[in-house]
Amino acid sequence: MTHEIVMAGFGGQGVMAIGKIIAEAGLKEGKNVSWLPSYGPEMRGGTASCNVIVSADPVGSPIVTGATEAIVLNRPSLDKFEKDVVPGGMLFINSSLIDKKSTRDDIKVYYVPANDIANELGNGKIANMVMLGAYIAATNAVSEDTIMEIVTEMFQGKKASVIPLNKEALAKGAECVK
Amino acid sequence: MAKELWKGNEAIAEAAIKAGCKFFFGYPITPQNEIPEYMAMRMPQIEGAAFVQAESEVAAINMVYGGAGSGARVMTSSSSPGISLKQEGITYIAGAELPCVIVNIVRGGPGLGGIQPAQSDYFQATKGGGHGDYRLLVLAPSSVQEAVDLTQEAFDMADQYRNPVMIMGDGMIGQMMEPVEFTDVPKRNLPEKTWATTGTKGKREHNVINSLFIDPAACEKHNIHLFEKYAEMEKNEVRVEEYNMDGAEIVFVAYGTTARIVKNAIATLGKEGIKAGLIRPITLWPYPSKTVEAAAAKANVKAFLTVEMSMGQMVEDVRLAVNGAKPVHFYGRTGGMVPTPAAIVAEAKKVLGGAK
Repeated sequence: MTHEIVMAGFGGQGVMAIGKIIAEAGLKEGKNVSWLPSYGPEMRGGTASCNVIVSADPVGSPIVTGATEAIVLNRPSLDKFEKDVVPGGMLFINSSLIDKKSTRDDIKVYYVPANDIANELGNGKIANMVMLGAYIAATNAVSEDTIMEIVTEMFQGKKASVIPLNKEALAKGAECVK
Repeated sequence: MAKELWKGNEAIAEAAIKAGCKFFFGYPITPQNEIPEYMAMRMPQIEGAAFVQAESEVAAINMVYGGAGSGARVMTSSSSPGISLKQEGITYIAGAELPCVIVNIVRGGPGLGGIQPAQSDYFQATKGGGHGDYRLLVLAPSSVQEAVDLTQEAFDMADQYRNPVMIMGDGMIGQMMEPVEFTDVPKRNLPEKTWATTGTKGKREHNVINSLFIDPAACEKHNIHLFEKYAEMEKNEVRVEEYNMDGAEIVFVAYGTTARIVKNAIATLGKEGIKAGLIRPITLWPYPSKTVEAAAAKANVKAFLTVEMSMGQMVEDVRLAVNGAKPVHFYGRTGGMVPTPAAIVAEAKKVLGGAK
């Protein structure tokens, strides 16, 4: 199966980072992957998004026009990308910051209070990993074990202390979709 | 080495270093900034190598001219408006027959245009850009891996022909991340750089690097010599990918990232029972005219559809190669807009409807 994923949020929410983690994990599992960021003159608080493709087949266009899944961390991203999910696809909404419900009835929608969970874990910055945990549990696009391998590689030396927190965030996110 | 995820711009920079690039001269411009950024980090780690952020694009290309003259492997990179500024230097370097690699991560134009991906510098890259009769070898990668392989080989090509080589990507190639494996590309058997201005040490006649031929007969002779060299390039260096061409009734011609989008369209058309193929030029100059001409002669091919992120530039070379044998159509988006597979599918159906 080919996962064509759009993830979007405010700059600083870590959407580029979770996109990279998914792509790295896909590569580690021997799949074909691409990661394409939106780029442009944005400032802090502006919107950021990226397109990630994970597939058994070679990746054609790196641009996602019909998303099998979308992960949205703020309201403008929901407004922009909700329509891009293909029928039967999945939409992951950060319900801590987005009070609006999806209007789509032909897709599966998951509401994940990512910022609330992150704050409960003691670090608001980790909301992106909560969303990632929900995404992985619902799709199995890559395995959670591979995600943890990548996270472990990312945080080495002194930074290794944040690995358990990341693991917890992934697990809490996963609980939201079960 | 295992595959790693690399951003296109950084991968191109690392590939250049692996190919022995010793001097990089640049000036910032989006969407290629990661190339000078990466070079600024890496070059100081390499013995005898240097990164210079020049005061302008014009200065950067003239530093390339000087560095190349010393026989070193040199590179510069920029994006469309910056490449326009470099054109004077490029024609001087071509005239003086010096090897160098120039990267253009193309964005929308004309003028300052925008910063999103485009392919509207095709004319500039393949038909001149600067003044006078000269050619660049122009390589158009369609993936980050291909960008890496072509960048490494570009330095050998430049040295073999003593000619500037351009890597022409677009904003997507520069910005996206894909799996890359740095393999050793086959090294060419290259002549010694006896022409380089390295100091005579009192032991030989001094070398002269110049593009000035004030005597018209000498200037013509120089041009004829250059064109003998370009003929060699046309004989040896043409590269093209043919995809799904067996029995194709419509043939797409597209390069770079646009060719990947076309491949998605071909898959969709295939599911609907329409056989579509793709000719993807990897060298934009020399152009794979013979491949296009051969496809035009096939009975199953009803029409050509050239797809570009421009208002229609490469389509002129397709028309020259097809030479009236079959209809040649064009579909393009420009200014930073990227064609969608669905739009390409719709265009192909329109063309076939008209061709029957």
